[in-house]
Amino acid sequence: MKSWLTTTDHKRIGQLYFWTALGFFLIGGLEALVIRAQLAKPEGIGVSAEVYNQLFTMHGTTMIFLALMPLSAAFFNYIIPLQIGARDVAFPRLNAFSYWVFLLGGLFLNASFVAGPLFGAPRLSVAPDAGWFGYANLTSRQFSPGPNIDFWLLGLQILGIASLAAGFNFIVTILNMRAPGMKLMRLPVFSWMTLVTQFLVITAFPVITVALVLLMFDRFFGTHFFVPAGGGDPILWQHFFWLFGHPEVYILILPAMGIVSEVLPTFSGKPLFGYTVVVYSGVLIGFMGWGVWSHHMFSVGLGPIADSVFSATTMLIAVPTGVKIFNWIGTMWGGQIRFTTAMLFAVGFIAMFIIGGLSGVSHASPPADLQQTDTYYVVAHIHYVLFGGTMLGLFAGMYYWWPKMTGRRLSETLGKWHFWLTFVGMNLAFFPMHFSGLLGMPRRIYTYGPELGVTRLNQVSTAGAFLLGIAVLVFLVNLWWTRRRGEPAGNDPWQGATLEWAIPSPPPVYNFTVIPRVESRLPLWKTEHHGAMAPLPLTPPTPIHVPGGSWWPLITAFGLPVIAVAAISHHLWLVFVGLAIVITGIYRWAYEPFEV
Amino acid sequence: MSQAHHTSMGLDNRKMAFWAFIGSECLLFGSLISTYLIYKGKSLVGPYPHDVLNIPFTSFSTFDLLMSSLAMVLALAAIQRGDMKQGKLWLFVTALLGIVFLGGQVYEFSSFVHEGLGLTTNLFGSTFFVLTGTHGAHVTVGVIWLLTLWVQALRGKLGPKQAVTVEITGLYWHFVDVVWIVIFTLVYLIQ
Amino acid sequence: MRRHSLLLLLLAAIAATACGGPFPQTTLAPRSDLGAQVDTLFTSIFWWAVVVFAIVEGLLLFVIIRYRRREGGPKPSALHGHTALEIGWTLAPALILVFIAVPTMRTIFATAAPAPAGALRVEVIGHQWWWEFRYPEIGVVTANEMHVPLGKPVQLEMTSADVIHSFWAPGLGGKRDLTAGRITRIAFTPDSLGEVAGQCAEFCGASHANMRLRVFVESDSAFRAWAARQVTGAAVPSRGSPAERGQDLFAHGACIACHTITGVPQARGTVGPNLTHVGSRTMLAGATLPNTEEWLRRWISNAPSLKPGSLMPAMPLPDDQIAALVAYLQSLK
Repeated sequence: MKSWLTTTDHKRIGQLYFWTALGFFLIGGLEALVIRAQLAKPEGIGVSAEVYNQLFTMHGTTMIFLALMPLSAAFFNYIIPLQIGARDVAFPRLNAFSYWVFLLGGLFLNASFVAGPLFGAPRLSVAPDAGWFGYANLTSRQFSPGPNIDFWLLGLQILGIASLAAGFNFIVTILNMRAPGMKLMRLPVFSWMTLVTQFLVITAFPVITVALVLLMFDRFFGTHFFVPAGGGDPILWQHFFWLFGHPEVYILILPAMGIVSEVLPTFSGKPLFGYTVVVYSGVLIGFMGWGVWSHHMFSVGLGPIADSVFSATTMLIAVPTGVKIFNWIGTMWGGQIRFTTAMLFAVGFIAMFIIGGLSGVSHASPPADLQQTDTYYVVAHIHYVLFGGTMLGLFAGMYYWWPKMTGRRLSETLGKWHFWLTFVGMNLAFFPMHFSGLLGMPRRIYTYGPELGVTRLNQVSTAGAFLLGIAVLVFLVNLWWTRRRGEPAGNDPWQGATLEWAIPSPPPVYNFTVIPRVESRLPLWKTEHHGAMAPLPLTPPTPIHVPGGSWWPLITAFGLPVIAVAAISHHLWLVFVGLAIVITGIYRWAYEPFEV
Repeated sequence: MSQAHHTSMGLDNRKMAFWAFIGSECLLFGSLISTYLIYKGKSLVGPYPHDVLNIPFTSFSTFDLLMSSLAMVLALAAIQRGDMKQGKLWLFVTALLGIVFLGGQVYEFSSFVHEGLGLTTNLFGSTFFVLTGTHGAHVTVGVIWLLTLWVQALRGKLGPKQAVTVEITGLYWHFVDVVWIVIFTLVYLIQ
Repeated sequence: MRRHSLLLLLLAAIAATACGGPFPQTTLAPRSDLGAQVDTLFTSIFWWAVVVFAIVEGLLLFVIIRYRRREGGPKPSALHGHTALEIGWTLAPALILVFIAVPTMRTIFATAAPAPAGALRVEVIGHQWWWEFRYPEIGVVTANEMHVPLGKPVQLEMTSADVIHSFWAPGLGGKRDLTAGRITRIAFTPDSLGEVAGQCAEFCGASHANMRLRVFVESDSAFRAWAARQVTGAAVPSRGSPAERGQDLFAHGACIACHTITGVPQARGTVGPNLTHVGSRTMLAGATLPNTEEWLRRWISNAPSLKPGSLMPAMPLPDDQIAALVAYLQSLK
């Protein structure tokens, strides 16, 4: 147990991220199921408006910040050092710190569900309730007097620190710790997409941090950054939020695109088609993602010129995205496709992402978008790209890399059930939402009139959501079953091409007995250009130093929720205690002997 | 402190991480500066910038911070060549000049409050204090960092082998200085 | 084969559930010039999307069927790039996007133009959780139900009294946000008679779902008649009637803190809707409840139970007082 608390091993940290994120995914899923149960008919199942508003807010916040991003982080942690031929990340203790901050931030946010009595309010009344993008000026103290928004803005600031720290860590790791011979254009696409993602993280998160700090000042100290009565402009919040928010959606999708770019070649038996183009389009998407943010604001009334500019940039970004899809299809063309579960999810990703991408194109046209934004049509869009895209891509990664991480293959039979239940469930859940949106159902409503005529569509969506719940249960059963009964996997159960398949499953603590020299993009494959890499020695020729663990990342991390709790309970002295913990932690960390 | 290893791009890991950090800090200060500029001229009530800003005084603060960057350069050069006597001296001078800057800020802030400009008085007060306050917090962290190094040097534990750490300290300090130049220009000089 | 026919069946089933109607808030049956322009644009984008969908998903399906691993099948080809293809599948989507972008830009500018001079101006002020409609040129002040004449241009000028709301009557066209401190506009000319339903489309707090509206498109003469009635003062209840007692209770009760009734000097409140002609409206409570005696009674007795978070508190008054108030308000036609 202690070794888990002090671990600085990227493989262990990856596992910690995975299980924690999975837990939050289940919580977010439960929130979704209650939402869908409520919306199955006009009067619903009796969920009150106040509770409903917390549910949809926490569903979005949880899924984005506590499930999708950390599930991706689980793979960044476990797989990136293996793919680049390194023994660990650049800053192992900072890595651990990122995880602990994530866990504590997630716990702080979710504590809001039960913290009501501490504020003289009932349970289930103080969780964040202004939507996952918390528009001003609804979030001002005047219109949100309770601690709900304080939980939200403090929790997100904590989580932002976790993401930023990880961002710096992985940029240095990927750029600076590659095995000899692994030029950037020989980097596996998953590592490339991760690199682009981390650049987006370190540039986008400061923007939302500033927005949250300004909101915090409005709520705690009486400034008027977003308060019209004091001259503030609520629209400024939207600009800041979406300047972060749009890169954030690329942060959410690029890693999954990277995973798909690994899985498809492996199970097609041929290299990724157009590697260079796929890499460059990822980089281009990263840059262009900064130029589209106001497409989330077409209904604000920014004026026809602003709307036109953002419409154009948004349509433009569809081009590199489409290019990737064609390259993936090209990868499978002429291949010998093996339909393992990982491959099914990867193909499912492409099929669903196309739909999400097409509804996205319709959103790019402001006049059309004005009928779609803030309705269930956009809810359909986001779930096609985030569930049909990111989540299916992450599932592909789980089935693909599970043998590497645990030494056992997940059951293919259960896997196929998981896939088909998911595929049918998600389409049943989200496809009808295109229609309910176009028929006039706005989003974020706890009830709707029977006269709208969308009841039947909602029932289908609810059925689909519960089917998804069953699919997730099948997946959990698979995880459980595999612990003891999963087929043992050797180094390379799939005949993969990249370095992680050259070492045992699970890898020894030092990963590689000898850091390999890399001569190609596909080191483990024999191709017409090069032979396959020679197998690595079974034992290290010289002893490999592996750094021990450290308590300081956990202790330092702990100071942050202390500060947050102090702020939300208005105890200034406790803020100083929290600060003292952080500062002490940093000093002891800095002076601790720790050789990588 | 950890040793430098061979790296793919030839740059020490810690230095590369720090440059990435500076990149993200640019976005942080950029957002705060943008907020200031967006709300410039939009305050509903005074005091307004021309009522309170004292260019001569702040010019002196700016000069002080610039000189502190010079001291930092001298400190690094000394430590790199192993001259720890000079190294300790210039580290201390850098920190001292930083403290002088902070003292100037405290004086300026309290005189503004005295003149009726507080954090919540108007948009100018809010944006000004949050921007310069964030910068001041960064300077404070820098001063603590410098003094920590200075104490380490006094204990004989800082030398040419730790030059990378000092270089990174310098990077941070120069960055904070550059941010101040931008703030000084946009807030004080161009009103 | 088995798998994708199942999928097609599924999609057909889903689509079928949407059939039927009526759909009072549909975006797909435009009732104004603005609505029609938007609908035309969306239709063309939709069909482009269908074409792209068919081609790309078709390619995907083809590839996963044709290139399944077979025993004794050919080795995978080593093809891993093709510049001409890359250029082709970059330019083709870009070209399709041009076909979407050009009509988009045209429609943006066409619909952003203000209504012609002489248009009927309606000021829309969003409140938590009701709509205030003011007609400055004819002096009408009402709530939640807007009347407009057929075939005449209308200019909405919108702002919020509190948080961000969004005016959305889908039949008339796309939505536009209402933000405190700024004015946004929608210009439209309705082209069919009848009711257009709508509701707030920007999350605005507890009862966002209950902030609905109706737009009544009527003939020019019917509109004039409505406007003429709306600008008069409140109906005076006949002596000794329950409505007279109701007016008395209203004028000396809590109601005046929030509501205005022209003709009742004490009633100058502006927190809640103007009730001068509340009896003439078809709905209550942000167009969520029918304007009947029963619902009005329940609303006055306990508004928060019907509308979570409602700023109108519950009124624990004796039944006979509520009945009198109801009689009075219903008489304000």
